Amino acid sequence: MSKERIKIAPEMYDIMPPEYQDLVNRATYGKEDRGWKDIGTTKELIEEHSLCAGCPESMAFRYILASLPAPEDTVMVGSTGCTSLVFPMVAVHNIHSLFGNQNAIASGLKRALSVRFPGKVKDVVVLAGDGATVDIGLDMTLQAWFRQEKFTTICFDNELYANTGGQESGLMQKGFVAKMAPVGKQFDKVRLPEIARESGCHYVVQCTVSKPSLIEKVVRNAVLVARELGPTYLQLYTPCILEIGKNSMEGLQEMRDSEKPTERFAYKEFVSEPAKQFLAELAAKDKERKAASKQLAGSTQEA
Amino acid sequence: MTQYRVLPGPEHFLPPAAASMGIRLPNPGEAHINGVIVPEEQAYEEAARQFLMAKVPTIFPGPLVLWAWNEKAAKKATAIRHLYETIKECVTPQQQAMLIPMPDYRPKYPKINPEVEINPNHPNLTIWHNKIDACMFVGVHCHQANLSLKIIRGGTSCYTIAMCAQAGHEDAMMSFRDATAEKIMKLADTIKRLKGSVKFDPKKR
Repeated sequence: MSKERIKIAPEMYDIMPPEYQDLVNRATYGKEDRGWKDIGTTKELIEEHSLCAGCPESMAFRYILASLPAPEDTVMVGSTGCTSLVFPMVAVHNIHSLFGNQNAIASGLKRALSVRFPGKVKDVVVLAGDGATVDIGLDMTLQAWFRQEKFTTICFDNELYANTGGQESGLMQKGFVAKMAPVGKQFDKVRLPEIARESGCHYVVQCTVSKPSLIEKVVRNAVLVARELGPTYLQLYTPCILEIGKNSMEGLQEMRDSEKPTERFAYKEFVSEPAKQFLAELAAKDKERKAASKQLAGSTQEA
Repeated sequence: MTQYRVLPGPEHFLPPAAASMGIRLPNPGEAHINGVIVPEEQAYEEAARQFLMAKVPTIFPGPLVLWAWNEKAAKKATAIRHLYETIKECVTPQQQAMLIPMPDYRPKYPKINPEVEINPNHPNLTIWHNKIDACMFVGVHCHQANLSLKIIRGGTSCYTIAMCAQAGHEDAMMSFRDATAEKIMKLADTIKRLKGSVKFDPKKR
């Protein structure tokens, strides 16, 4: 898909449902500085979804889709879990993998895209839950990183298997008692960000999704670094409000409480040296571009 | 030769794939009607008759023609619109021609508006809601068309026609193959020619 192809045949325009007309006219495909601030003023790339009211994962989904640098040239790979309820409503190409296979699928996909579209930028983004990323799919996750596959892995960490009623997962915190894990977690939460760093990821961030501007920044960085250098990993806390006994309105506070400096979701970032250099160059170019466009706007006004 | 015939349903909840019952696809220049291979010319006449006899003759254009992703697609879209206008012009006031899009294949849960679109994962909703008794699929990717055509045969009494750009569909009651804008225009011409010679009987439908 390219943004030039996202146009409706003129003879069929009047019969197309309004959400498709909106996608063509008001979505942010191809916009250079797209970001979370577009939400509410443009057509989002997510239609109605069937997640629970107040689910932080739905917020995370919206921020991520708003922040992808080139959604028209991105393929997302999902896995079994709550995310698979949302992907059918998303206007970005996506593939549902077998439970845990997502990074293996993404590896093949990324390679196939570079053969099929040489010279074109095609981003691949894996989006899966903690069960798929850390438990069932850990082998595929790690092997993709070892091989330096050039795509981003995003893990929605809700610290348990929410979709099936609350079983223990590797990312669950020690001592936590879930509905279907009554004894309580006996072991520490797996330190996947550190494992990702040691496995060769160039950009690793762990945070909550309480701040949309932060999500925009890390998603953009992760995708752009993966495009140029190699694997990147984001671990985003998206608590399952139902499984931890919270109400719909309490998701945001739960994330704010968990991201305090002493808490388990305190902001954590590992950036490789080449990635640091790349991001610095990118920031300089961005600054230059913005200054130039500001100058241009100023001169147009004067004229 | 197989005795199985691909007929309007409802066949049952999970109808067999017609191919598994021995129905084969037509060769170039041919079509099939109810699973019997016929010359393409015969299929134009039968498709025209089905549209003229139906109470709600409907065309379901899919993503391959709804989106102007190349010149060919845009040309087909023009031909489909012409076909729709022709059907509208040729049917009686008691009949209602419809053009309902299948914009993409996302399983649109929790809500789909069956009045304005059809979804391949539950096409029966659109057919039931609009009381469609004859329809034509065009510009739908084959794997999704196969799925939809089977669901329609399983749960509705709608007569299905596939205007397929590839090798055709066994699961439709009638299938063309190698569809082009010219073939769609030819079908429109046939409908025009047969106008008045085919009687619409509301009691039969």
